[in-house]
Amino acid sequence: MAKSLARDVWRFLDTRFLISDLAGFARKKMVPEHKRSFWYFFGGICLFLTGIQVATGGLLLLYYTPHVDAAHESIQFIMGGVKFGWLIRSVHSWTANILIGMMFVHMFSTFFLKAYRKPRELTWVTGFLLLVLFMAFGFSGYLLPWNELSYFATRVGTDIAGSLPLIGPWLKTVILGGPEVSQATLTRFFWFHVALLPAVALSLVAVHVLLVQTLGMSKPIGERGKREIPFFPDFIYKDALGWTVILVLVGVLCVFLPWEVGAKADPLASTPLGIKPEWYFTFMFSTLKIVPAHIVSIEGEKLAILGFLAGGLLWMLVPFLDRRARREEKSPLWTWIGLAFAAYIVVMTVLTYTVPNL
Amino acid sequence: MKIPIVRLLAAAALFAPLAAFGQKNGCVDCHSQLEDELKAPVAAFVADVHREYGLSCEDCHGGNPATDDIGLAKDKSYKGAPARGRIPVFCGGCHADAAAMRTFNPALRTDQLSQYETSRHGLLLKAGDTKVAVCTDCHAVHGILSAKMPKSTIFPWNVPQTCGRCHSDRELMAGYRIPADQVEEYMGSVHAKGLFEKKDLSAPVCNDCHGNHGAYPPSVTSVAAVCRQCHPSAGELFGQSPHKKAFDELGMGECETCHGNHRIEPPSTSMIGTDAGAVCVQCHDPGSRGFETAAEIRRTLEGFSAAYDEVEGLLALARRKGVEVSDAEFGLLDVHTRLVSAENLTHGLDAGAISKAVAEGEEALGSVRTAARGAVDEASFRRRGLAVTTAILALFGAALALKVRRMGRLRRGAGSPGTPGPTVP
Repeated sequence: MAKSLARDVWRFLDTRFLISDLAGFARKKMVPEHKRSFWYFFGGICLFLTGIQVATGGLLLLYYTPHVDAAHESIQFIMGGVKFGWLIRSVHSWTANILIGMMFVHMFSTFFLKAYRKPRELTWVTGFLLLVLFMAFGFSGYLLPWNELSYFATRVGTDIAGSLPLIGPWLKTVILGGPEVSQATLTRFFWFHVALLPAVALSLVAVHVLLVQTLGMSKPIGERGKREIPFFPDFIYKDALGWTVILVLVGVLCVFLPWEVGAKADPLASTPLGIKPEWYFTFMFSTLKIVPAHIVSIEGEKLAILGFLAGGLLWMLVPFLDRRARREEKSPLWTWIGLAFAAYIVVMTVLTYTVPNL
Repeated sequence: MKIPIVRLLAAAALFAPLAAFGQKNGCVDCHSQLEDELKAPVAAFVADVHREYGLSCEDCHGGNPATDDIGLAKDKSYKGAPARGRIPVFCGGCHADAAAMRTFNPALRTDQLSQYETSRHGLLLKAGDTKVAVCTDCHAVHGILSAKMPKSTIFPWNVPQTCGRCHSDRELMAGYRIPADQVEEYMGSVHAKGLFEKKDLSAPVCNDCHGNHGAYPPSVTSVAAVCRQCHPSAGELFGQSPHKKAFDELGMGECETCHGNHRIEPPSTSMIGTDAGAVCVQCHDPGSRGFETAAEIRRTLEGFSAAYDEVEGLLALARRKGVEVSDAEFGLLDVHTRLVSAENLTHGLDAGAISKAVAEGEEALGSVRTAARGAVDEASFRRRGLAVTTAILALFGAALALKVRRMGRLRRGAGSPGTPGPTVP
């Protein structure tokens, strides 16, 4: 009786969702296995962490209040008054940071394996856009606890946006909802963080995953081995092993270093010394601090911001610019460019935290 | 039509900086080319508060700055530098003139000269002692800054150093037969800690107790009144206590008998009681009623203080372990206020009132203690939870790893690279 009922339910769902066809596709789908296939797992880890972000973010919404008079207090309540609230918020904050770190690793590993080459140009472009979107997630989410650090870091960050040529002042006003970081800013950052960005990011994730699934995973140029493993269950099991390691790491971080609430923001207080944005923005932040005031009669800061925009655009369009990789030939020039980008990001980030007053 | 002189002065003050712009000043031109003490006034006057109000050399020293000729410059109006003994009157020429001061800074008092004349410094000066402090000793000469400026010699955290320039000079003070360790003593006091460590500008410095222009050593009877300026509650309680009558009869000062004067230690329960460090044993012999009361008050307060310290430690431990305890810490602040109030009640010597205050404080501490213990337990629970979860995840990971390895072996054993999937370039 029970078996027959289960069969009927399965048939009902299978007819409507084509589960058998999807399972068949997963079983038939093969993943190349070679010396560098380790790097494939970072994509799965990013997807896993995105799932955690959605789940914990949804739970935080139950108690978070996006108002300057209540935001900090609601976070304090989540951390101290809600059963396992400390865990949910710490997991959300830690995984957000680990996710962005993993996205950088995933992006650079994809870059150095030249996995962006035809026909995966759009997989690369959507991946790059996802990184930008997740950095925007970080920027908007950082303000939500309305604490001293986040308040002043947002002020510094939006000042940078305001110094963009031509559109800077307009853009700053749009981001802030006025001339200052205020209730209007908190309201729109909240809306960005829980409505606009998730809608856009999850759509892009869907497109990205669909492209990965339909086009399969790329083999590095010159890889002659023909070994492959089934996507399901072999690759998924290996992926799950990575997720398990990440879960343990997140658990340890949350218990021993739960995400701090900080002191409530005081808009009338002076900016604390050494204020810094989140770590993944520091390479740009420190560049703006050390760039000369003027470079050939152009304002140095504006030139640096334009440089970042041009660099980002160049990075996004790499699949279309690296013609040698498109012909399945090695492209050392692009490898060197990628190394220079990675070294710049790492060095500037490390300098931010090691050199006093930077 | 007559224009009131005050308006004329006001207009002059307002437009003086404008008029001075690009205008010749013979005093500055000559003195800036001279050396050492003749050049120093020009350099120092750049930051002087009088300059901000448009005043210049001739406003104090007279003379004609419009000429380069030294003979013509020192005309009939020239006053030169005043003799040291004349400085208070010299400065008072404007600062004691309410009408003149109103045109520059109406908020500034004009009783400094009259106060100075009643001060110990002023009285000695009048008696012919020119070594005593005059205006320029505390305010500087040509680089006088507004008292609100942190670099001013009379800004709160510079006052001990300013007074100490004379009062820490043992040789100079020996002539007056007064000690020269007041500043050194003050620097070890709770007041100095408040000022220099907590940067609390309301913490008293020399002039808050001794007066500034009317500085005079407070007599035994006036010390208590001085302390009551900031500690009215302690003063009121003392006034109602049996100590008041006894101290008056014995001709003893009030506050300073137990707390000292310049080196006022942070108050603590260890000051009360019957052991060697307690102040009560200075007067109360063992077996006396006062001796017993002191011991009882100490026991009551010490119990509360120890309980407070224990809860504070628990909260600190929980916070170190990452548990959010802001609410409990807020509750502890209230308990701290109760502890300080109970300690303050010792000035009234009413053991019953102290016991009542302590009982109320301990009741309030109870809920904070419960929260603190809960927070420490929570930290342990989190660590145990992590250990269990990690063990489960480790088992799961090990099982997965074994499964992946077994699948790899089986695949290699079958010698099949797998069924080809979608095209992989």
